[in-house]
Formats: sequence, C-alpha cells, structure tokens
Amino acid sequence: MSKVNWPLWEVFVRGKAGLSHKHVGSVHAADAEMAIANARDLYTRRSEGVSLWVVPASAIVASDPADKDSLFEPADDKVYRHPTFYDIPDEVGHM
Amino acid sequence: MTAAHSEDLFRYALRLGDDSLILGQRLGEWCARSPEMELDIALMNTSLDLFGRARTFLTYAGEVEGKGRDEDALAFLRDVGGFSNALLVEQPNGDYACTIARQFLFDAFDVSFMTALTQSADATLAAVAAKAVKESTYHLRFSRDWLVRLGDGTDESHDRMQAGLEEMWPFLHELFEMDAAEQRLVDAGIAVDRQALRADVMARIGDALTEATLSRPADGWQPVGGRRGDHSEHLGFLLAEMQWMQRAYPGSQW
Repeated sequence: MSKVNWPLWEVFVRGKAGLSHKHVGSVHAADAEMAIANARDLYTRRSEGVSLWVVPASAIVASDPADKDSLFEPADDKVYRHPTFYDIPDEVGHM
Repeated sequence: MTAAHSEDLFRYALRLGDDSLILGQRLGEWCARSPEMELDIALMNTSLDLFGRARTFLTYAGEVEGKGRDEDALAFLRDVGGFSNALLVEQPNGDYACTIARQFLFDAFDVSFMTALTQSADATLAAVAAKAVKESTYHLRFSRDWLVRLGDGTDESHDRMQAGLEEMWPFLHELFEMDAAEQRLVDAGIAVDRQALRADVMARIGDALTEATLSRPADGWQPVGGRRGDHSEHLGFLLAEMQWMQRAYPGSQW
C-alpha cells in the first residue's frame, strides 16, 4: 500500500511539576490536536508525565554535525565553568 | 443483603463486566492491523482500559454470587447464552469508520453512565466508576475526534463514517433499556437509571454529528435481548477466539 505519511512531530514530556519538558521521541499526526492525542497514547502509558508539548519536526533547527568541533570542543578545557570547586549544601537539593 | 438483592447485583456486575470485556476483545482484533501505528496503540490503550474494568466487575460478580467463580471462570467458561453484554459491543469491527461509530456511541453513553455510577450506594461499583469515568472521558475524546475528522473529511471518509453510523445506530437503543432487576437496584440507590441519561447522551451525540456534518440515522429497528443472553450470530465467533485456549487447556496460566 503506497501512501503519504502524516507529518512528524517531536514530543516533549514534563515528568512532574517543577522539572522541564524533556524530549522523548516523535509521532506522526495529521495536525496538532492529533499529535497531542498520539503522544499521550505513545509516551505517557506508564505515568511518565503531567504535561506534553508537541512541535512540528520541520520547525526544529539543528546544528550541523560537521560543526561539532568548532561549536563544542572549545568548552572541553574549561573545567572552571563546572561548579565542582565548592561544596553545595544538601538543603539546596536539585540545581 | 437479601438473596434476591444479591442475585440482582450479581447480574448487574456481570452486565457491566461483559460490556467491557466484549468491547475490549473487539478492539483487540485491531492489534497490529490498525490504519496507523499510532492508532494501533491508541485502540489497544482503550482496549486495556476496558479489560481492566472487566476484571474488576467480573471478580466482584463472582464474589457476590458466592459460588467460587472468579474472573477467569466468568470470562472463559461461559457460553454465548450466558453473556449479558449489550448487542452493540459484539458487532464486528467493519472498517475503521465502523469501529469508530461503535466506539463513539458507546463512549457517549458510557461517560454519562459512569459519572452517574460514581454515586452508587455500592462502594465497589462507585470505586470502579470513579476510575472509569476518567478513562471514558478520554475514550470519548478520541472517538469523537475521529468521528468529526472522518465525517467532515473527504467524500469517501464522510460516506464511510455515515455508513458506519447507520450500521451501529440500531444498537444504541438497548443501552437505555431497563428491566425489573435493574429497576430494583435503582430503587436501592445502587444502579444507574439508564432512561434518565437519555437526554444528555442524545444531546452529546447530536452535537458531534452536527460538527461532523453527519446525518442522524432514522430510529427504526431497535433490537434488544443481549441482557437476556439473546445475541447476534457474531458473539459466538468472538468467544471461540477468546476462549479456545482455556477450553483446550483448562487452568493453563502464563
């Protein structure tokens, strides 16, 4: 059977209040409403979330893998940017 | 609880369990055959919700009956005449539009029914209903959405949706049917008065049909009998597939 696939949507799930939405995968759907429904059925079957975002995959702008070295390697030797040189009190919790 | 009351409650829990079980099994026939992978999962989610309900209702029916029958005995070891589901839920899947028509009519009724059942004086029935009403709200959202998409879609999808609706419409009537046993349970504050739901349900259906640009089928033939075990020829085939393993290998587990 030959057919045109529905457009692709990227799916983001918020695990619980206070956390940010996290990319979990994608679904096919004819429109936004169906994308939410399909994402609900595909990605929250096991109580994974409390909120869903769907974004047309065509709206995602990605960095070029060929630029990997120039974009990301300069950060590799700057360990002082990581907050590893002082103690964080336990009370602070999630940073 | 008197013996007569207990018999009524057993039959009531059995009906609710059978409606869920048979519709769940019908939806399960779509597994790996749905028009889209996403719909496969959506239909199976609904099916599993219904099986979950069926298990609770049938387990409860077995307890009320007090003859040692558990959910499996009731699901797998009764013959056609012993099933008391409504005729609607045993109707064959047909095409996807036909399945959506059946599901929509069931959900449109079920949301009102389960909402009312949360007020039951029977704590078990009320607890199942409280969970079920959330599930049914989502089932309705899904089936209504597809009813509108197909109805208000292309010429072909419109025609198929209308045809599916015509096919299933006669069986809607039976969902509102009351008998003496259910009436006694209504009087005891346990069962839902199905007739009292009619206005809400028909309004919900009417709204959706309008949005879907579908015409309301004529009210002609209105078959009943499912509650008494008088089923269409389709149920036997469904049970044969559902029950054969327990029949061939009694007590088998995995």
